[in-house]
Amino acid sequence: MTAPLTIVVVEEDRDRAVAVVDALKDSTECEVHVIGNVSGLARKIAAHQPDVVLIDIDNPTRDMLEELTLASGPLERPVAMFVSSAARDLTRAAIEAGVSAYVVDGLRPERLLPVMDAAIARFQMIRQMRTELAETRRALEERKIIDRAKGLIMKSKGISEDKAYELLRKTAMDRGRRVAEVAEALVTASGLLS
Amino acid sequence: MKAVSLPVAYMPLVDAAPLIVAQELGYAESEGLSLDLVAAPSWSSLRDMLAFGRVDAAHMLSPVPVAMALGLGGVKTGLSAVSILSANGNVIGVGKELESRLRNTDFAFDFANAADAAAAVAAVADEGLTIGVPFPFSMHAELLHYWFSATPLAGVKVRIRTVPPPLMAAALAAGDVDAFCVGEPWGSVAVDSGAGALLLPGKAIWSFAPEKVLAVRTDWAETEPDLLARLMRAIWKAGRWLARPESRTTAAELLARREYLDVPSEIVDRALAGQLTISSQGDQRHVPGFIEFNSGAATFPWRSQAKWIARRLAGRYGLDAATASRRAGAVFRSDLYREALAGCGADMPGASEKLEGAIRHPTAVASGSGTLILHPDQFFDGQIFDPSI
Repeated sequence: MTAPLTIVVVEEDRDRAVAVVDALKDSTECEVHVIGNVSGLARKIAAHQPDVVLIDIDNPTRDMLEELTLASGPLERPVAMFVSSAARDLTRAAIEAGVSAYVVDGLRPERLLPVMDAAIARFQMIRQMRTELAETRRALEERKIIDRAKGLIMKSKGISEDKAYELLRKTAMDRGRRVAEVAEALVTASGLLS
Repeated sequence: MKAVSLPVAYMPLVDAAPLIVAQELGYAESEGLSLDLVAAPSWSSLRDMLAFGRVDAAHMLSPVPVAMALGLGGVKTGLSAVSILSANGNVIGVGKELESRLRNTDFAFDFANAADAAAAVAAVADEGLTIGVPFPFSMHAELLHYWFSATPLAGVKVRIRTVPPPLMAAALAAGDVDAFCVGEPWGSVAVDSGAGALLLPGKAIWSFAPEKVLAVRTDWAETEPDLLARLMRAIWKAGRWLARPESRTTAAELLARREYLDVPSEIVDRALAGQLTISSQGDQRHVPGFIEFNSGAATFPWRSQAKWIARRLAGRYGLDAATASRRAGAVFRSDLYREALAGCGADMPGASEKLEGAIRHPTAVASGSGTLILHPDQFFDGQIFDPSI
């Protein structure tokens, strides 16, 4: 029996980190460490002597990890971005799912596969949730702007809410723009004029 | 004609301007292209996006494709630097603590003399120095290493750490770094947030340093020569527009937009005008040629520039210098540059290599049109790099 893999997950958001740790532990026998605070990141990682380091691809602190791949870097063992030619498709899948993995050279692919599968699935889910959250936020924000624009039209034209919305929609259609864009333009313009 | 959509990655920096201008001012459109500009969250992500085909071209730190050709770092896809996007444009700055120590001496903060600045810093950096750069493979790191090796800073224990520029102010406040070297607008943002003061422009160390390149996958360059040439022409014309003084205000407004740099246009204008505010007291310094997008064949990818980078990397990472030099020379594609841009008014030097550091005054050289004037490309210590040795 080989020793369990040591995996470091770099993630500031606690809930997200816990989700990833759970998925990894279900997939294989491993010891997982989470690093949330990025100050002195590469050194903190080196202290765990990990076999695999996982980080969100959109995380700007990822550049701090590149030091791990250098000959003079803080890890004694050589580390590669997870891109050996045999694993090219898996790497691409990982990039699409939004995870980057730094893997110690020479780690056998059959040991890595379950880890990467679990990580890719979990990061994909996180990414999707994040997109949905951003969408919801944007929709809420747009709703607010449209309401304000409606209010402005109702006040200045003395018309009903339905009529005001109708006018916004027609203007948007005529100009080939989205209702939210027209509403934003109106709110901005009225801010300038008031 | 329906425009071909081309995904292109960039980092939100002032020197991404040629890509943004090419798309926004119609230079891409006139070549039948529509640039789908993708802002990258980090340099490593940008490199991966290009290497694994998410984008077809990218705004890249000039040493990255060279380092990859040398087998340094994790990714080894073959990349070609088909053009320089800009020369110079970095700043070196110090945090509050180091700034106040320097002010206690009679250091002038002249923002010009690299040797004086090094001596002054060395005199007050008794416990060593940690300097933040955006990426291990960057002109920032190369300029710093070069600067240390030829000054009293060689005797100081200096560490270079990677810190993403948006986090530099926090890293200074936490004491993780004492100083930094970044591209604009991040130096000015640091000054405005009261995090520190600017010490030198990058060009005070090497006066004509290739900063960012337009990089593509080498196999893509081979399979899509026509698309590549159109992209190169659009971006070259954007650089020519950027170099005109009357374009400055429009360019600053454009780059400042929320979807690009998302900073006040006044901050972007500082770099474009070469008029920098170097301290929170508002001291101003003027640097002619602070960033160069066109003039002096700034976009010509000299093979000697790639070789200089390769020699420096080889020295630090223990690689064979001659092999590194040969591999790097093949990364900067002056051949593709000549093919793509011959017909559109770009000045072509007669040679593809030069002695780096040998030009002390603006110098007319042999070129296609006979009017090419090269700018000084000196190193601050007067050394000359001969790419053939």
